[in-house]
Amino acid sequence: MKYGVNEQGYYGDFGGAYVPEMLYPNVEELRQQYLSILDDPAFRAEFDKLMKDYVGRPSPLYFAKRYSERYGANIFLKREDLNHTGSHKINNAIGQILLAKRLGKKRIIAETGAGQHGVATATVCALMGIECVVYMGEVDMARQAPNVSRMKMLGAKVVPATSGSKTLKDATNEALRDWIANPVDTHYIIGSVVGPYPYPEMVAKFQSIISYETKKQLLEHTGNELPQYVMACVGGGSNAMGMFYHFLDDEDVKLIAVEAAGKGVDSGHSAATTFLGKEGVLHGSRTILMQTDDGQVVEPYSISAGLDYPGIGPQHAHLYKIKRAQYASVTDDEALQAGLLCCQLEGIIPAIESAHALAQLEKMQFKANDNVVICLSGRGDKDLDTYIKHFGY
Amino acid sequence: MNRLNQLFNEKNNNLLSIYYTAGYPTLNATLDIAEALEKAGADFLEVGFPYSDPVADGPTIQHSSQQALDNGMTLNLLFEQLADLRKRITIPILLMGYVNPIVQYGVERFCKKAAGVGVDGVIVPDLPMYEYESMYALFFKDNNLSNIFLVTPQTSPERIRKIDALSNSFIYLLSSSSITGGSLNVSANIEEYYQRVKDMQLNNPTIIGFGITDKASFSKACEYANGAIVGSKFVKLLGEENYLEKIPKFIQSIR
Repeated sequence: MKYGVNEQGYYGDFGGAYVPEMLYPNVEELRQQYLSILDDPAFRAEFDKLMKDYVGRPSPLYFAKRYSERYGANIFLKREDLNHTGSHKINNAIGQILLAKRLGKKRIIAETGAGQHGVATATVCALMGIECVVYMGEVDMARQAPNVSRMKMLGAKVVPATSGSKTLKDATNEALRDWIANPVDTHYIIGSVVGPYPYPEMVAKFQSIISYETKKQLLEHTGNELPQYVMACVGGGSNAMGMFYHFLDDEDVKLIAVEAAGKGVDSGHSAATTFLGKEGVLHGSRTILMQTDDGQVVEPYSISAGLDYPGIGPQHAHLYKIKRAQYASVTDDEALQAGLLCCQLEGIIPAIESAHALAQLEKMQFKANDNVVICLSGRGDKDLDTYIKHFGY
Repeated sequence: MNRLNQLFNEKNNNLLSIYYTAGYPTLNATLDIAEALEKAGADFLEVGFPYSDPVADGPTIQHSSQQALDNGMTLNLLFEQLADLRKRITIPILLMGYVNPIVQYGVERFCKKAAGVGVDGVIVPDLPMYEYESMYALFFKDNNLSNIFLVTPQTSPERIRKIDALSNSFIYLLSSSSITGGSLNVSANIEEYYQRVKDMQLNNPTIIGFGITDKASFSKACEYANGAIVGSKFVKLLGEENYLEKIPKFIQSIR
């Protein structure tokens, strides 16, 4: 694969495994085992069966007629919001819980921003009867309260992260600390394409089911498996990587990733990593991150908890640097407006994360026959409070 | 031969090292604390440069790092403060911190600057061995700086041998797989691990860290290694009033 990972775990200049010695054995165990486990036909069969019967895959590729009229192109929505638990996060959670079982792990930890990954992880732990601890920033726990309750109902322990900005970055730090203290019996289900190698690659593989299905579904809809545009929102970037994966080598397909500009890229309240960041090391990999000249991580800001992260996955950093994908950004207000428009045009309430990808449509010029696929990564039930407050419903 | 090697040549047991964070509790306290520690009898020091996301550290050191950043500590400023280091302090000094601030500063520039002010070694927990070997080892060697590797109870014997081969002063044995600031769990497993490493008869001396808080844990560590490091417990003291005056008593309470 042209844009894939090399043997040392790098995508071009990015990736690697920058972990303290305390985590080295865990990461090394994963590196040595994950490929053979994923290639095992028994694993594959169990994964596929759960995807079909439990998650409800394939998720539909929906031709959005009224969107298409508005934007003058054929707009398709890849409906990850219809998955069990309400987002694409379940794809990776199922994959990693099956992996953890084969590694003989007895306890699962996870970090979560919007709570979608936390809910997905709590769900698969309930399914498999494994202990689950989810770290979540205190600020995110307040703004995503329904997901906190869901995780608790599913039997997970939700631990607030109280340092720094009390959001996703800090939850990730806490989860890494837990893993350091519990290296033998615990598996850390990282929710995005971030972290030390092999996580970015492993999570991308589990999420690549999105683009795999999309190709087949596009062929049915349009007679061609390749669209002109593929679009997705990016925090760490797992739904985008899943949406891009099987199109990476199809150079004519334009890949567009949408970051959260927050209150504006230059407002000092933003999470637009490629605009504001530079190369460095965050959470175990060399990537692009928002930081001071002194190398201190800058607190990000976005109205959407799932995009409120100061870095992007290393493969995204690579795709950005070599210009294989285009990185755009939209503000909180633009995303909220796009979310409301999606409700009113298509009868779908999108997660505010996904609404960022939809907002980018307003800024693009399409040709009449362009086929455009947007990953609708999650549903907006968890964001109702934010929508209600903003629009006064 | 740098000061660390000289120290290990002269004295190979009961070595006491103290960790503290530069810029904590006040921005300019770094050298005053070092001086007080040398006078009180510490054998060498680890000066942490703060990072916003210190994943290997527990609450005490993380808090000190955040406070130091809020006080305005930067790597540039630390090197300015250390310009007088060798006029005031003779014992070996290590810098300890995370990889991102060093990468931003420039690894080669960092090594030159550190050696220039009289620093003897560096501990960077999240710098991978592969990256050190392939990209940075030469910068360390050219500047006569030691790079200190960590070993945990889970580190394989093959990897310990490789670390020993790459090291040229001492190896940092973590008492357990944990973040800093835990308590030393002297279980049979841990003693078995200490003994296992001791039996490997490594070329480099070993120093035990994490969870060393008092005379008992220090002495136990010294049965198996050449010395031990106290971190969180000392950083807590720095949060108290008149901490400089309390340093001699603190050192006496450990050894």
